[in-house]
Amino acid sequence: MPKYDINVNGVSKSVDVAEDTPLLWVLRDHLDLVGTKYGCGIAQCGACTVHLNGNAVRSCSLPVASVAGQHITTIEGLSENGDHPVQLAWKEVDVPQCGYCQAGQIMTASAFLDKNPDPTSEEIKTAMHGNICRCASYTRIHRAVEIAATKIG
Amino acid sequence: MSTSSITFNRRAFIRTSSLASGGLLIGFNLFTACKPKVQPPVDISKLNFNDFNAFIKIADNGAVTIFSPNPEIGQGVKTAMPMLIAEELDVAWNNVYVQQGILDTENYTRQLAGGSQSIRLGWEPLRQTGATARQMLVNAAAAKWGVDPSECTTSEGVITNAKGETLGYGDVVREAAALEVPENVILKEPKDFKVIGTDAPNVDIDKIITGKPLFGLDYKVEGMVYASVLRPPAFGKVLDSYDDAKAKAMPGVLDVIRIGEKAKELSKEGVGNWTVAMGKSDKVVVIAKTTWEAMKAKEAISATWVDNTNMESTEFQDKQLLGLLDGKEFKTLRKDGDIKKAFAKADKILERTYESPFLPHNCMEPMNFFANITDEKIHLVGPVQTPEFAATAVAGMLGRDVKDVHLEMTRMGGGFGRRLYGDFVYEVAEIADAIKKPVKLVFSREDDMTAGTYRPAIKYRIKAAIKDGQVTAYHLKEAAIGGNMYGLIPNFFPAGAIENYQIDVANYQSNITTGAWRAPYTNFLAFAEQSFFDELAETMEVDRIKLRLDLLEKVKGTTDERIQYSPERMQNVIKVAVDKSGWGKKEDGVFQGFAAYYCHNSHVAEVADVEIENGMPIVKKVTCVVDCGIVVNPLGAINQIEGGVIDGVGHAMYGDLTFLDGQPQSQNYDKYRLIRMGEIPVVESHLIQNDLAPTGLGEPTLPPAGAAVANALKAATGNRFTQQPFSKFPELMQVPTKPIIG
Repeated sequence: MPKYDINVNGVSKSVDVAEDTPLLWVLRDHLDLVGTKYGCGIAQCGACTVHLNGNAVRSCSLPVASVAGQHITTIEGLSENGDHPVQLAWKEVDVPQCGYCQAGQIMTASAFLDKNPDPTSEEIKTAMHGNICRCASYTRIHRAVEIAATKIG
Repeated sequence: MSTSSITFNRRAFIRTSSLASGGLLIGFNLFTACKPKVQPPVDISKLNFNDFNAFIKIADNGAVTIFSPNPEIGQGVKTAMPMLIAEELDVAWNNVYVQQGILDTENYTRQLAGGSQSIRLGWEPLRQTGATARQMLVNAAAAKWGVDPSECTTSEGVITNAKGETLGYGDVVREAAALEVPENVILKEPKDFKVIGTDAPNVDIDKIITGKPLFGLDYKVEGMVYASVLRPPAFGKVLDSYDDAKAKAMPGVLDVIRIGEKAKELSKEGVGNWTVAMGKSDKVVVIAKTTWEAMKAKEAISATWVDNTNMESTEFQDKQLLGLLDGKEFKTLRKDGDIKKAFAKADKILERTYESPFLPHNCMEPMNFFANITDEKIHLVGPVQTPEFAATAVAGMLGRDVKDVHLEMTRMGGGFGRRLYGDFVYEVAEIADAIKKPVKLVFSREDDMTAGTYRPAIKYRIKAAIKDGQVTAYHLKEAAIGGNMYGLIPNFFPAGAIENYQIDVANYQSNITTGAWRAPYTNFLAFAEQSFFDELAETMEVDRIKLRLDLLEKVKGTTDERIQYSPERMQNVIKVAVDKSGWGKKEDGVFQGFAAYYCHNSHVAEVADVEIENGMPIVKKVTCVVDCGIVVNPLGAINQIEGGVIDGVGHAMYGDLTFLDGQPQSQNYDKYRLIRMGEIPVVESHLIQNDLAPTGLGEPTLPPAGAAVANALKAATGNRFTQQPFSKFPELMQVPTKPIIG
């Protein structure tokens, strides 16, 4: 099988997998980074969201071959001590119920706020629309993004 | 102070022991400790939600660990249940370490999540346990000082005597462990609560926001392989043969095996009363080095399936259910007076039929489970709401002693009832038993949605008689797939309010597996009844709030023990909802809908506000008033309320799983719509403050949401929705160009 070099959370990693292996499963099964979650496998729910060169992407639908040599950030690497403003806002609001989708929500929110540090309420809704929370903790997700924005902006 | 009907016998449950590592361990067993007069309304009558237990561990250094025995599915019990113990133990909440208890059939019994019962049934025993431990620590300190225990006080894990001398819990824990278990400990008055009623964040918050391994899908051991299972493509089909040549040649594939014999034996006898999804067919299992390799190779298997029973379609089932409603074969669950006579004398009769679809649970974490089976041990790890039940079934299926089973519960990425059913545990056990390796079974989203144990399609027909401006008869008929409403549900409002009242049920047995789904039965029954009451008020030309309040008035002072809802508390939540929502006082362009419902021992009223945007009615806000007694953790409670309301709105609007020849027509989120951020209403929550014993909150706010929305949509569009999901009827969403009169 071919070898791919990817940079994950600032560390270069080499993985030996089939070229169509989604980044999600490379992270989870090969690199033991299980914070990124599997939800649907077809880029519809957002649970698998990571940053690719700073942009929020769905890792379940990105073959590893397409991200070779690029920079990936996962929830484990968003901050060193869990103190990214988005993570702190999530804690302040106590967002999670079951918690399963939250890594994806946090990764979507952090990439969004990087580009738009002073969003309107409607812009937050649009940005977060792709991430499903089955427990429907949406009102708290929305509030946490607003709070994080005040700390970033 | 308590209005709880729980009787309590402390002797029956307290056990203490010294820990080898130092410290005190106190356990209790609710199984013998609490027996509610009336069984909680669970759908599976074989299961009791009223027995489980927990432990406190106090180390020599004073560190307090509280084991949370019940599975955490997002309902917050891993935070709230230990809070009850911490309150009476009198320790600072932020010094408590909470740990998930494993399935331990010797020390714990019946650990499960369901029915919104954990807090209600844990309220007295969990506090008693904390208080008993506290008293033993005080007694040990008093003995050391040579003073009377009554001279000692406690606060935040420190004991103080009359002279002002202090000892930490850790200083006396060894002595305390050797003491007699005290009798008649006194519980705090609500005014003295320091932990209960304060905002406690989710105990796993740090792990969740940093992506630490926490869920079943995250569990790994050295040498573990992955399994992906090919199940029948439709309900009613069974495996004939398969060709695995292609799959076996694919990278990472270790083996392809056929399973099903053992699970079939299990489903033949029935697992309790439960059916096992796709339990009648053999299945093909790909074993691979990674999840992706297993999932991909599964797609390369070509299998032939044969029809075993009917290939059912939604259209066929609709006809069956409507046929049942039109027919005469019913089981009567409650009968008051004589509805026939009352209908014969009626001035007016209103009759409506309400229809709901199948719903998958769609837990964000797909079904998965780990198993490693050796001659010595059956090691099971993963997300299941009924761990003891699963362990017993697996042991039985494999012909092993249940003592061989070691089951660890992981945090669950949602439950909603799906993980009550252990089909995925039986599958992985059969696989692990065959391959003799540690293995993780992982459902793809498609597996999860198409091999479900669904909320069944249900239809209700409600008929009411009106005579001299009064509702004189109420007749509700239920036609459901799989089973029928159970427990106390037939005695919910308006039972007791209408002289002639009858609940009749009938069911159609389908080969599509059905089961509990958040607020079983009431999740749609509330929609039917609360929509009906709105229409009844319109027919009677009376105020819709007053109609409900007047009916509740008639229930006051009832001696019928089956009626567990309180008319006073129900009237109160209704009045508060009217006040807080600005009912009847909204400016033009805001259309309101009302619903109130009692289930899972809690009283809820909701008002939905609909506004027109770009010619479409949009649910902008839901005001939700809840009386669930004392609120243990307001921060968690509000999360449950908001989630329950939005879940209720979302499924009423969009939730729909149809079948064609036994095959689910949605397999993933491209064709199955769940509510998303851009579609949510603002939820304004109000918790009634009182000193009554707490009741459940995981489910009760969901049922009334659909009716509140439907009633608001009626106000906005003039159209009455009687079928879910509403999105299936875009023509009814049309807003009239002329204002609606009346």
